[in-house]
Amino acid sequence: MTQRLFLPLVVAATVVFAVAPLLIAWAPYESTMGLVQKIFYFHMPSWAAMFVSALVCGVASAFFLFKGHATGDRIAAAAAELAVVFGLIGLVTGPLWARKAWGVWWQWDARLTMALVLWMIFISYLLLREYGGPGSEKLAAGVALFGMANVPFVYWSVNVWRTVHPTTNVVPTLVPGMRIALWWSLAGFLLLYTTTMMARVRLESQRASLDRLYRDLDD
Amino acid sequence: MVLRGRMLCVLLTLWIGVAGTVETGTVSLSVQPQQQEEFVPVEELEPEDQLPAAPLLVAAYAFAWLAIFVYLWSIWRRLAHVERELGDLARRMAKR
Repeated sequence: MTQRLFLPLVVAATVVFAVAPLLIAWAPYESTMGLVQKIFYFHMPSWAAMFVSALVCGVASAFFLFKGHATGDRIAAAAAELAVVFGLIGLVTGPLWARKAWGVWWQWDARLTMALVLWMIFISYLLLREYGGPGSEKLAAGVALFGMANVPFVYWSVNVWRTVHPTTNVVPTLVPGMRIALWWSLAGFLLLYTTTMMARVRLESQRASLDRLYRDLDD
Repeated sequence: MVLRGRMLCVLLTLWIGVAGTVETGTVSLSVQPQQQEEFVPVEELEPEDQLPAAPLLVAAYAFAWLAIFVYLWSIWRRLAHVERELGDLARRMAKR
């Protein structure tokens, strides 16, 4: 089923990303920030993909921890890596936008600091799996639960605390030209996330098959 | 006594009126944009004001694409390596 869906999803993601630059270029300029605001059309979707990945990682880790599903562990490992990749895109594109919009690369306010901490939680997940030794999968799954729990705090931090970052209310107020470009880019990122996730989970499954074969060979 | 009281009332009214006018004037002046007395070349602006947006925008999109392609390439490379090893191992097991 997933293998049958993979190719159409790759084609759909390619088409969406091919059209996205045209919509982004066509989107109106923001009155105070001008051209640099167009970073938003990749910055926000990359964080959305990161949040989805963090949630998938947390839920899959819960299945692994409490039900003992090995598939849950494989999905969680794949999702954690994707959370780091999409989080990195968000963390790099954000300061490039901020430098022009706020006059600084970085501000240690609630939103930016919490987003960095969320990203570091998933870095620690991957480090724990890589260097934690036997049984580290379960420790990493515990870390993933904390990562998942952090997501709503990061999302609502702009509405609860005073930060320089725009609030979540910005998105519903976008004019049609900006809104189409944003939702289109978001669709592209979520398609890319889905296809990459499928490939990454396949890698984990193949690794598990390899381990099984080595064990059979030893027996 | 009554005259002094009326004078005081008039003075107070006048003072409030003048103060109000001055206050309103100040507010309306502060709302108006400052009159330009000189033209400032763009090179003399604060660094954050003269920073061009295009290189930042290009850097952001270039980094996003680079990160995506490097990651896709790393998945493809790791998957190819594991599948090759899996094939070799399956053949070895079949020979036994």
